[in-house]
Amino acid sequence: MKSLAELQAIRDRAKAQLDLRRENPNAARVLVGMATCGIAAGARPVLNAFTEEIAKRGLTKDVTVTQTGCIGICQYEPVVEIEIPGEEKVTYVKVAPEMVPRIVSDHLVHHQVVSEYTIGAIK
Amino acid sequence: MRELSLNVMDVAQNSVRAQASLVRIDVSESDREDNLTIAISDNGCGMTDEQVQQVIDPFFTTRTTRKVGLGVPLFKLSAEQTGGSFDIKSKVGEGTVTTASYVKSSVDMTPLGDINDTVKILIQCNPDIDFVFTHSTDLGSFALDTRELREVLEGVSLDTPDVLAWIAQFLEENTQNIYGGAEN
Repeated sequence: MKSLAELQAIRDRAKAQLDLRRENPNAARVLVGMATCGIAAGARPVLNAFTEEIAKRGLTKDVTVTQTGCIGICQYEPVVEIEIPGEEKVTYVKVAPEMVPRIVSDHLVHHQVVSEYTIGAIK
Repeated sequence: MRELSLNVMDVAQNSVRAQASLVRIDVSESDREDNLTIAISDNGCGMTDEQVQQVIDPFFTTRTTRKVGLGVPLFKLSAEQTGGSFDIKSKVGEGTVTTASYVKSSVDMTPLGDINDTVKILIQCNPDIDFVFTHSTDLGSFALDTRELREVLEGVSLDTPDVLAWIAQFLEENTQNIYGGAEN
């Protein structure tokens, strides 16, 4: 069974590592649309896929994954916006968990936008 | 919505937007009583009686990005289609309690789905808000209270990946217990 003692160990490790993420002004942001429309279209597994992929690649200090509301393009949900400081915000549409590893690798790691997944590709 | 846990995620976000500092999610299931009840309570800004009537109306929303608001109406429908009931109690300045009650054996029952994932994501995305989650079945119950976790964590954020992994496992292990050890 998970115990609070285990949580204490996690705390001590986290403190030792000094969580740089909070102070990292250059952290990229992955915003997953999680209003009614996003959730119904399958945003939850997409958010989980981003969290897992970013952890797998050891990027948790450089990228934060969080939710946002409805931005008014419900027909294109699940919508994911990626903000990298100093670069233009990119909006990915109809995102499926299978598309996530490529977005992380191409866009977040190598700064190459995956154009065919963006809103510009379908409009 | 394919799972009730998705409705919960949706409606809990109304609590976040209502500036709640504490959100409770209580799920109680009973095969004996053929019932499943979900209550979402918050200490947010609350609503007037008139506003409560408005949120039940699909063509009302406080948003400006679109003209419909389906979160609450879909949650209400999910309960009422099973022969269950739905209720919102709210007081301005005190908070809101949304309760959906289901007849479990109804053919129109939506599965509860991965409620633990919903709780984990709510904590991940709102690490500054406290969540209390309780889940009970005929076999037992358990609770997760982020206020208790915060005491142990001494300033380490709840959305630290290792902490979230601990939360996910805590929820999974306890859920298996109250489902009699079977995979859900």
